[in-house]
Amino acid sequence: MKTETRHEQFEPPSVLGNFLRSLHIDIPLFIGLILTSLLSLLVLYSAGSQNMDVLMRQVSRLGLAFFFMTVLAHIDPYQFKRYATLLFGLGIFLLVAVLIMGQIGKGAQRWLELGFFRFQPSEMIKITTPMMIAWYLAEYPLPPKSKQLFIATILIVIPTLLIAKQPDLGTALLVASSGAGVLFFAGLSWRFMTAIVVTLASLTPIIWHFMRGYQRDRVLTFLNPEADPLGRGYHIIQSKIAIGSGGIYGKGWLGSTQSELDFLPESSTDFIFAVFAEEFGLSGCLGLLILYLLIIARCLYIASQAQDTFSRLLASSLAFTFFVYVFVNIGMVIGVLPVVGVPLPLISYGGTSIVTLLAGFGILMSIHTHRKFR
Amino acid sequence: MSNMYAIKDHSFENQLYINRIVVAFIAIILLTSGLITRLVYLQIVGHEHYSLLAKDNSIKIVPLIPTRGMIYDRHGKVLAENTPSYRLEVIPEQIKNMDDTLLRLQKLLDISNEEIDQFQKLRKRQKRFASTPLLLSMSDEELAKFAVVRPYFPGVDIHTQLVRHYPYSDLAAHVVGYVGRINEAELKELPIAEYRGSSHIGKLGIERSYENELHGKTGYAEIETNVQARLLNTLNEVNPDPGANLYLTLDIDLQKTAYDALAGFNGAVVAIDIKTGGVLAFVSRPGFDPNPFVVGIANEDYQDLQSSENQPLYNRALRGLYPPGSTIKPFIALAGLENAAINPEQKLYCPGYYQIPGVTHKYRDWKKGGHGSVDLNQAITESCDVYFYRLAATLGIDNMYSFLQKFGFGEKTGIDLMGEKSGLLPSREWKREQKNQAWYPGETLITGIGQGYLQVTPVQLARATATLANKGKVVTPFLVNKIVNVQGTRPGVESGNNIIPLTPSNVNSVIDAMINVVHSAHGTAKGINKDISYQIAGKTGTAQVMGIKQGAKYNENNIDFKFRDHALFVSFAPANDPKIAVAVVVENGGHGGSVAAPIAGQVIKQFLQENNEN
Repeated sequence: MKTETRHEQFEPPSVLGNFLRSLHIDIPLFIGLILTSLLSLLVLYSAGSQNMDVLMRQVSRLGLAFFFMTVLAHIDPYQFKRYATLLFGLGIFLLVAVLIMGQIGKGAQRWLELGFFRFQPSEMIKITTPMMIAWYLAEYPLPPKSKQLFIATILIVIPTLLIAKQPDLGTALLVASSGAGVLFFAGLSWRFMTAIVVTLASLTPIIWHFMRGYQRDRVLTFLNPEADPLGRGYHIIQSKIAIGSGGIYGKGWLGSTQSELDFLPESSTDFIFAVFAEEFGLSGCLGLLILYLLIIARCLYIASQAQDTFSRLLASSLAFTFFVYVFVNIGMVIGVLPVVGVPLPLISYGGTSIVTLLAGFGILMSIHTHRKFR
Repeated sequence: MSNMYAIKDHSFENQLYINRIVVAFIAIILLTSGLITRLVYLQIVGHEHYSLLAKDNSIKIVPLIPTRGMIYDRHGKVLAENTPSYRLEVIPEQIKNMDDTLLRLQKLLDISNEEIDQFQKLRKRQKRFASTPLLLSMSDEELAKFAVVRPYFPGVDIHTQLVRHYPYSDLAAHVVGYVGRINEAELKELPIAEYRGSSHIGKLGIERSYENELHGKTGYAEIETNVQARLLNTLNEVNPDPGANLYLTLDIDLQKTAYDALAGFNGAVVAIDIKTGGVLAFVSRPGFDPNPFVVGIANEDYQDLQSSENQPLYNRALRGLYPPGSTIKPFIALAGLENAAINPEQKLYCPGYYQIPGVTHKYRDWKKGGHGSVDLNQAITESCDVYFYRLAATLGIDNMYSFLQKFGFGEKTGIDLMGEKSGLLPSREWKREQKNQAWYPGETLITGIGQGYLQVTPVQLARATATLANKGKVVTPFLVNKIVNVQGTRPGVESGNNIIPLTPSNVNSVIDAMINVVHSAHGTAKGINKDISYQIAGKTGTAQVMGIKQGAKYNENNIDFKFRDHALFVSFAPANDPKIAVAVVVENGGHGGSVAAPIAGQVIKQFLQENNEN
């Protein structure tokens, strides 16, 4: 193994390119993320009724998130591996702390108040869970044996249940799929996957039993939104009207009538895709999906080029989770999946998830730019 | 973690991994195609259908908010009602020159600069076509003034809404409670459909515990609107069911008498109809005006209420914890009789103090020099402490605990208000668990005179007294008598049917002694027996706020007001056919007989007079 670190050299030399490379930024990924973020500001301006306050807050969050991404890109992936268990343990500890504080205080609590900002441990665990599973499985030959699968499953189930109990079904789902993603890329046998699907299906009544009233409502609404147009079906009916009325070319930027007239609730957060689809139509939707696919493809390429098992598993899982984000959000807005609180990644208004997402991309960039040989 | 025995097959792992990446990417493409298919279906196939719904003739579903149920007292007097309130609202989009319009409005009406600032802030956060409130409540005069010039103010309009109002203000605030704006935490737990359009929810008292009944069922209308959101046509309407009206057992006039009688003190009065358990008066003084909470109380006003030394927001009748003092004695006496630890005629000598054999500590009687030789009746009448020290020592804490528990001490009464405290009935187990200590004999003694760890709420005292008057048939207090809605009338609370098995002669011995408390020359509450045609059975109590050192003397005049003893009185009347039970706690009132008993006397008098007339 060569000792000196070499960076990619196939890019045409440019001042910006050199600068970004010195920051350990992966340029194709960076361009994709910047494009999506700019799109986010465009849609938010319209969905938030042209409110500059909303826009400026999103800009500052994006700034913070990109800064955080750069910091993580700088760190050698070896350090992530080294501290994986510690970070995972810390995340679990904080989740338990939040849960206990929530029980002492009133009702649900998801964050810790750190004076100048609110810290949501569930966001941190979105990254540390795949990190932990990747670290654990990387110690053994792949594909993992049943004993390792068993332990890995427990490591996934613990944070998932803790978050589901907050209750935050959307985040729980993302954490579970990030862990499951690692297992998949580690070569989990198809037979085992079938077994898990069958088990989950038979567990459905039990999960149903533990769901909160409003979570059950969401599933019921998904199954038959028209039954309760005023209450639980309202979001889905209104968002379908918005999307459908957009047609092929859309009503144009700022042309959304549904969000303007307040027919569409949560138009800046979880349901922002409906505004986007109304204004930019099917053509815009295809464009956005292609942009997402390009980002995912670049991430999977980075994963395929990673040189140790830990980096590979972590990178591919992060790419996979990003897709789950996109799929679950758009799926719920267009009425093919139940409404769980998952934002449209990089587009929805809302702070913490953007920081976590870009932290994930920071790790991917770190993996790619710290390769020892090519 | 190191792995000595497993050898990694790198080329195999590589192949497996690349395979998986390819599979994942194919799956992602397939799933995305699924999304695209659905989008094509919505945006091409369904485009016309959805455009119709969205465009010129948008069908909008608007909630029809039910009217909140009223709350009445037992005689039909209104305790909570909905009064119309008028707001001045502005639609910014329709105003050509906002500054000019605001200036002209300010000349016409009484609008402060703060209200203008508030409006400007709100305007920035809302949509341009949204109607934004400028003045939250307009007087009739302002209403008339604006009505005249209204044509000159396009885009400015008056909106009517119903606002909850509590005509008795602080008098019944702790019973009726109040409604306030729905906050984020509540929103999470609420059924979304039922509360769409509702802005308020019960926060305290009856308003909170009967929220489901009072709120009613939200209806909705499907209306056609055009792009400007102007109403064109109503297609379909499902009317709301108004909330149920609640009729309380409370007598607001009796409540006022009790509240006024407490004037000058902090404290609580609870009066219960012994036959039913219906609460007749439920006073916690000081009260507070619940009306500002409905529209949103100003922060500094709320801080004042919160930090006030008198704690007006604190529901003393429901949550106040007090040592019962000597008011516990009738129950201890009955425990002694039922356990055959004493007989009523047996006399004990009271030298003014009691000592546990072999211990030098003197447990003092309130009367220096003692009561001499006393039997059970005299012991209760004169409230002899030494008699009860001895009785407690004979009974032991275990017997006292199990007997007092039957009368509901140490547990919630189950009254239909939220946030009730359960008080504290100490036991050996409790002390071991909480303090990790053994139970001391001295603690048994002071429990026998209602001091020490023992803590009760006023509503518990009233309930236990009513149960005693009822000869052991347990009384469960409740406030809501009838719930009346469109479906009909139903009772508020199902009453229980628990009976404590008691020997009638024992109960009568105790009640006779309690009659003597009021009607004999030596009774500690003899001050209230004038001018009444019936007999009151009662017991005074004085609860120490401050510990007094061995050998020191308690002197009311030398002590800060806030360290003066609490005055208590429990009573029921008429003694031969009990109808009403009253418990009174006067914080820092000094003596039960002189301060607390007259309050109970007034409440009983008014109630019996009124009930004889009917």
